[in-house]
Amino acid sequence: MQRQTGSLRGARLRISAAFWRRPWLRLLALIVPPVAAFVLVYAASLGAMLASSFWSTNAFTAQIIHTWSLSQFKEIFSWQDRTYLRIALRTVWMAGAVTITDAILAFPLAYFMARLAGPRLRSLLFVLVLLPLWSSYLVRIYSWTTILSTTGPLNWMLNGLGLPDTHLAYTNWAMWIVFSYVWLPFMILPVYTAVERVPTSYLEASADLGARGARTFRSVVLPLVFPGVVAGSIFTFSLTLGDYITPLLVGGPGSLLIGNVVFENSASNLAFAAAFAMVPVGVMAVYLTIARRLGAFEAL
Amino acid sequence: METRRTRVGLAVWTGLVVVFLWIPLVVIALYAFNRSQIQSWPISHWTFHWFSVAFHDSQVRSALWLSIRVGLLATLVALLLGTMAAFGVHRFRFFGRESISLLFLLPIALPGIITGMALNSAFSFAGVHLTMWTIVIGHATFCVVVVYNNVVARLRRTSPSLLEASMDLGADGWQTFRFVTWPLLSTALVAGGLLAFALSFDEVIVTTFTAGGTTLPIYILNNLRQGQQLPIVNVIAFTVILLTVVPVWVSQRLTSAGEGPAVSRAAAVTAQTE
Repeated sequence: MQRQTGSLRGARLRISAAFWRRPWLRLLALIVPPVAAFVLVYAASLGAMLASSFWSTNAFTAQIIHTWSLSQFKEIFSWQDRTYLRIALRTVWMAGAVTITDAILAFPLAYFMARLAGPRLRSLLFVLVLLPLWSSYLVRIYSWTTILSTTGPLNWMLNGLGLPDTHLAYTNWAMWIVFSYVWLPFMILPVYTAVERVPTSYLEASADLGARGARTFRSVVLPLVFPGVVAGSIFTFSLTLGDYITPLLVGGPGSLLIGNVVFENSASNLAFAAAFAMVPVGVMAVYLTIARRLGAFEAL
Repeated sequence: METRRTRVGLAVWTGLVVVFLWIPLVVIALYAFNRSQIQSWPISHWTFHWFSVAFHDSQVRSALWLSIRVGLLATLVALLLGTMAAFGVHRFRFFGRESISLLFLLPIALPGIITGMALNSAFSFAGVHLTMWTIVIGHATFCVVVVYNNVVARLRRTSPSLLEASMDLGADGWQTFRFVTWPLLSTALVAGGLLAFALSFDEVIVTTFTAGGTTLPIYILNNLRQGQQLPIVNVIAFTVILLTVVPVWVSQRLTSAGEGPAVSRAAAVTAQTE
């Protein structure tokens, strides 16, 4: 018994020593499984999607035909029938509008949280922002359909104030409100981090040099916090580009976004769906390049 | 530095935005207790009736059970892969190290339809039928980064000299892991695991592309699209909010600043590139 545990311990020590002497072996043992899993599943899937976008689909059997062509992209970027171009443009436009709205909503809150709130209030605000972020996204969208409906709380409140009914439900306006709502915490957190990192001495120096609040904000706070806004905008922009649940639940007849087209074609016309899903990939590639230029990665 | 007017203005703005963030959650919580089948405001009669209806509904039960199984399996995979990758990236300098962080981040930074569509194309290409396991694969890909971020953040805070001291005192690799590394990491792992579970439990978009079966969010979505069973959907919605909020709250308590829920989701980009 004694000898057995002894030899077991000996073996363990030899194994640890072997790993300790060969760091590359430890590295391989740690890094190969997760990276291999990711490359085999995720990267290969992205590759399959890219390949599918250059194939075509048999209209009757919905089987993929493995012949290479640009026909899917020609259909998307067609000047004769601009349906898909219009949808792509609407999506990018919506993503931009949501991003700007969220930046405007988030900035004062983040500033208040980081610089004016006391420690207790700050952690309370932190929880108040985090919990909606993590609570079910589907449920939060659904809740807006009830809020905006003709007999919902919004119209009840407006009527109570003596105002007429609104008919926001199932419009692009509803989509704009809901998108801005669901992605807002994604903007608040990076902006908060950025405001928190602005040294108080900079603001004091600016005041000593005679700058008033507005000038300090424009020349000191904004340039330092801007990379944080860009970091947050990556999320608000990207998530809007790829969403189809919000248009499905709160959008109207003219509210189709890229995501809806991709989802609806994914079963019947996989090649086209894959090609259209490449559009947000392209847009995000451009966006991330610009974000990198603006310092969203380095400054934070 | 800020004038009094600015301070008051900022405080009011903050209050309004917080109200904006919470109103939908409050509204849905109230509707769960609405006796009427029709959703109209204000609610005139209150009841617990729909909770028992939902609880005894066999479709709801099987959807809940599938969501729980998928969540647990995806969390397990994410814990294993995320922890290994975090150790590898934290302890070593090697070629392509930065690309690894980016690779893990992609599924959560790229729009959901891209991850979903990519997996869908791959399964279709490989002739894989959509089952529970395809959902697990889909969820695990975007859950890994959550665990990875939490573990990396915790490793950054622990001093490597602790491990060297343990080795100097004669501990082997296993003992060092068991008595030094594990106690330091356990709360980060629990926090990361809870967050991964919450993320998986409420995921819709990737799930619709990879689903063999109805998870709870898919059940909600199907009924919402057809405008059916709304009282039951309200009850489930309320329950789902509780089931995702509780793990997040616990994970927030388990982690210190610079880790946990904040890092895992919105600040993922910033944490990655530090």
